[in-house]
Amino acid sequence: MTDKLFFNNQEIDETLDTDAIVLNMGPQHPSTHGALRLILKLDGEKIVSATPDFGYVHRGFEKMAENMTYLQFLYLTDRMDYLSAIFNEWSYCMACETLAGIEVPRRADYLRVITGEMCRLSSHLVWLGSMGMDLGAFTPLTYTFREREMILELFDLLCGQRMTFNYVRIGGVSRDIPSGFAKQLESFLDYFEKIPDMYDQLLSDNAIFLARTKNIGIIDAALAHSHAMTGPNLRGAGVALDLRKTDPYSAYAEFDFNVYVQSEGDALARYRVRVEEMRQSTAIIRQALAGLPEGEISAKVSRVFRPPAGEAYARVESSRGIQGFYLVSDGSSKPQRCRIRVPSFANLSVLPKILQGVQVADVVAIMGSIDFIVPEIDR
Amino acid sequence: MNYLFQPDQLVALGGAGLRTLAAWAGLPVWAADMTGTVLVMFGLFGFCALAVMVLVYGERKIAAHMQARIGPMRVGWHGILQVIADTIKLMLKESEIPTQADRPLYRAAPYVVFVAGFLALIAIPLNKNLVPVSLNVGLLYILAIGTPGVIGILMAGWSSGNKYSLLGGMRSAAQMISYEIPLVLSVLGVVMLGQTLDLYKLVEAQSIWYIVFQPLGFIIFLIAAVAETNRNPFDIPEAESELTAGFHTEYGGIRFAYFFLAEYVNMFVLSALGATLFFGGWRGPLLPGWCWFLLKTGAILFLFFWFRWTYPRLRTDQLMALCWKVLTPLAFINILITGLILILL
Repeated sequence: MTDKLFFNNQEIDETLDTDAIVLNMGPQHPSTHGALRLILKLDGEKIVSATPDFGYVHRGFEKMAENMTYLQFLYLTDRMDYLSAIFNEWSYCMACETLAGIEVPRRADYLRVITGEMCRLSSHLVWLGSMGMDLGAFTPLTYTFREREMILELFDLLCGQRMTFNYVRIGGVSRDIPSGFAKQLESFLDYFEKIPDMYDQLLSDNAIFLARTKNIGIIDAALAHSHAMTGPNLRGAGVALDLRKTDPYSAYAEFDFNVYVQSEGDALARYRVRVEEMRQSTAIIRQALAGLPEGEISAKVSRVFRPPAGEAYARVESSRGIQGFYLVSDGSSKPQRCRIRVPSFANLSVLPKILQGVQVADVVAIMGSIDFIVPEIDR
Repeated sequence: MNYLFQPDQLVALGGAGLRTLAAWAGLPVWAADMTGTVLVMFGLFGFCALAVMVLVYGERKIAAHMQARIGPMRVGWHGILQVIADTIKLMLKESEIPTQADRPLYRAAPYVVFVAGFLALIAIPLNKNLVPVSLNVGLLYILAIGTPGVIGILMAGWSSGNKYSLLGGMRSAAQMISYEIPLVLSVLGVVMLGQTLDLYKLVEAQSIWYIVFQPLGFIIFLIAAVAETNRNPFDIPEAESELTAGFHTEYGGIRFAYFFLAEYVNMFVLSALGATLFFGGWRGPLLPGWCWFLLKTGAILFLFFWFRWTYPRLRTDQLMALCWKVLTPLAFINILITGLILILL
């Protein structure tokens, strides 16, 4: 052969037997959950190196915050982690309240907890379905979306929105629960009681599912800490860090629930943690609904919110980990500086470490088990 | 005689009619038979296309109801014409060829895959006296003729000039070649019982269904068949969530339709083979033979659908381990036990 061989316009060096190929996984790819790009270097089916590349949906939230009033920016925070939007609003409002020294009424705190846990449920449901999808099982997705739909309908009833709720406001929440809401939520909880067991039947005990997730993408506690991972990923690595328990904010100190920890650190452990968290969230919502105190739903906040000069950091345990807002105020109606700590960014940063040496098929299993959300990373 | 329920009589009558026609027109007998063969092939192709349409509609509906959905509802009564609408759409679509593609290979690949599946179909006895092409080595023929399909998939994977396709093609080659072995070994037990490779005679020999004597053989056959047709949980070559669509990522329009057709034809052929070998083919009381044949084939196809909409996907190495470490030894054990029993009894 005197002719040169080409593949994809690249000349093939015939003196080498094997050559690593570079595979661009994404930004348009069914398993990267949004516009994330992974640059994979492959040796056959094995990953030699993986480099995540993101920023495709960067909108410059932190800079935008400086040009908006505090209340205007609240609406934007929903668009970061759109699957659990309450937590974005919640941490932002907590930061604002800390800045201005506002005391949130107890009823508002309870309502925040209820909606927050509903959000956690719906977010975990989406994750469960898409993780099944990543592993090639299409059916769990349709079941989880059926249940999620019920939660979204409840949100619709509560605040007229299904995903970008705008429900949590500085000083409290935007509106009280409508009549019939409590009843509908309760009947949903009764229905949902058995649902995680059903998922267990469908996925958790499936031999193929276990083979695909056990000992895959192991993240031990040291690795997780070194990458500032939080949330279910960290709890799957054996660290019992859950802000709701370790640093109770809002009304969480008043509820009885467990922090579920798995020590293996593999994809299966992260999976189990999330499924168990669904059960715990159901328990929290039940308690909060039963003990919902009477009273105001919002503190008195002036129409133009002008916090005194200073700085504040507030964080909540979102469905993906610690979500925090750092705000600097110069006394005007606009924040001087806003910095957002998102859990997905830290959780994603571990990918190059754990993807090394695994197979292509494991990449999607690992990414699915880490459960990041791209608009939050790019923000 | 009700010809609707006796298609074999209809075919025989047609053949006789053609010969009479040829004699009347002064043409030799072979011309009449040749015309007959061509007509039968057209008929088979039509049957093939129709069967695939029914299968696709059936799968979509079954999948939908397994998934708490309702499936196609808009086109025709309960969406019954949806498949036809989809077919027309696929035919009208522009069939692009990527600039990176190896054009002749890229164009040929879908047809190679389809023809391999279609050629296997012609040896399957659809009814008593209705075997499109009767071969005394019918089983061997079907198992052998399906193999070139791998080449077509490899051609598609290579010629697309897409890395996902290449990976899909490679995976598929490894998988399909590996799973031929347990597939062939699993039916050997049946051959030993029936003492023939003629599918027609194998059905005749089944006064009791062979599944009774060969349960292990059937299970191995079923698993290997699912893997052969690249269906979930063995749909590794296509692996939507990993390789987008594997070897046919770049294909669109009618070329994609041929891959689609081939997948369902292969599935039909292997299910029909399973029904023939293990469930007594057309044999059954009351209903006409072809009804029994289609019912049994349909039951096995339902298993295919059921697997697909329930299980996650295996990984390549796990798939290979299953083939070489579990299925192949088990198939040998099955042959050994069958042989021992045959000698002892």
